Amino acid sequence: MSLQMISVILGSLTIASALMVVLSKHPIRSVIYLVITFFFISAMYILMNAQFLAIVNMIVYAGAIMVLFLFVLMLLNLNKEMEPETTRMSVITAVIAGGTLFLVMITALRDTFQYGKGYVQAPVQDAGLVEQLGKLLFSKYLVPFEISSILFIAAMVGAVLLAKREKQIID
Amino acid sequence: MDTAMLIEKSALVLLLFLISLGVAAYQTYFERKLAAWIQDRVGPDRAGPFGILQPIADGTKMFLKEDFIPAKADKWLFIIGPGISMFTALITSSVIPWGPNLNLFGRDISLQVADFNIGILFVFGVVSIGVYGIMIGGWASNNKYSLYGAIRASSQMISYELAMGISAITIVMLSGSLSLNDIVQSQHGINWNIFYQPVAFFIFFITSLAELNRAPFDLPECESELIGGYHTEYSSMKLGLYLFSEYTSMFVSAAIMSVLFFGGYNFPGMDAFSGNLLAVMCIAAFALKIFLFIFVIMWIRWTIPRFRFDQLMHLGWKVLIPVAIVNMLITGLVVAWNQGWM
Repeated sequence: MSLQMISVILGSLTIASALMVVLSKHPIRSVIYLVITFFFISAMYILMNAQFLAIVNMIVYAGAIMVLFLFVLMLLNLNKEMEPETTRMSVITAVIAGGTLFLVMITALRDTFQYGKGYVQAPVQDAGLVEQLGKLLFSKYLVPFEISSILFIAAMVGAVLLAKREKQIID
Repeated sequence: MDTAMLIEKSALVLLLFLISLGVAAYQTYFERKLAAWIQDRVGPDRAGPFGILQPIADGTKMFLKEDFIPAKADKWLFIIGPGISMFTALITSSVIPWGPNLNLFGRDISLQVADFNIGILFVFGVVSIGVYGIMIGGWASNNKYSLYGAIRASSQMISYELAMGISAITIVMLSGSLSLNDIVQSQHGINWNIFYQPVAFFIFFITSLAELNRAPFDLPECESELIGGYHTEYSSMKLGLYLFSEYTSMFVSAAIMSVLFFGGYNFPGMDAFSGNLLAVMCIAAFALKIFLFIFVIMWIRWTIPRFRFDQLMHLGWKVLIPVAIVNMLITGLVVAWNQGWM
């Protein structure tokens, strides 16, 4: 099978599972479809020889963030009766917002067809491997990398402070 | 990829699959015998000599029981749950280097299914998705106790994953590679990482117990509070798969611990041998280390009482993570000093 074939199949599977996230009636099933979508995206990364990115995508999104999502949804135990009412106004705003996003994405897609070289190119040797990524992050992109890590630390300290506000005594 | 390589890799995968299942089956026997020994009992001794056929009897019993799906359960997720658990337990064995190259039929056969250049991250990826089996199964059962078990499992796994990752980073710093093969080869002879990183090993061992849901961290299936935890509603081979996946992941995590800290297949005095003899002896040394780890894990289960949930969170977040971070900082400083960066 050629690279093109694989990428087309993977892409359609990704889109199908992403659609199922929106279309499935039950929130827990939506989350599980989202996890599957992340796996397909990881597979896409591996196709482009970016193994590090693929695994990190799996650990961070599928392994940590989605587990938290699932955790919260299980505790909430949402069902049909608790669904918020949709008014005509909210439907219209949702359609407009979604349509605008869709328009932007279609424009972006047109750009990739115009300037890019179609689907996935044959992977550049060693391009996505962790050594190359590390060298780039600590030379060319050092400043953005450090700034984003400061942002993360700020968020973490903020979360700890918020959680600490109530004095809990557990012995 | 040529045909011979395809055949040898498939054979290796099949062999690993069978060995993992066989070892898991006999772990159940070993655990029951060990528990009996610790508690001064006889243990299983009816099926065959010394009860050696007990796992087969247990397996047959599991298959012959009625397979029951609760009426209000989410049917598909209920079926998928044990499958995910078993899948994640089995797939990790593909990146473990089981021994040096074996020379058969004039070909060098690597005893590692995939020499992934980020093998250690792959292990963490699989560990982090391993919780889905328990969460999905526990939720789909539509039972309060199962749900409690699932929620406990997920919060416990997320909390202990952090300390596990941070303690394993020190090994990556020392060997300078994320590939498990390189990590093993950097521990040639008796140059094992345990002598450089005892603190990291200690943290990694405790967090592995927690990730395995083994006592003293078996809160997700704590019988005295939650009946059976996440597998309360399961019966027949679905329950069997959950129990089996626990033993399989115990085997695999014993292998990971020996790879990261106890030199994998390396043993002192290995330079005196070469060729296939060396490979066989290395595999034997690795098997011995795995056996010892499994023994220690079981020994702990029958010795230490279960944690309370707040104690579990306290240990994870306020003890293990800070100690792991300090350990990582010190390792970083020492590595930088040795490399002459300071």
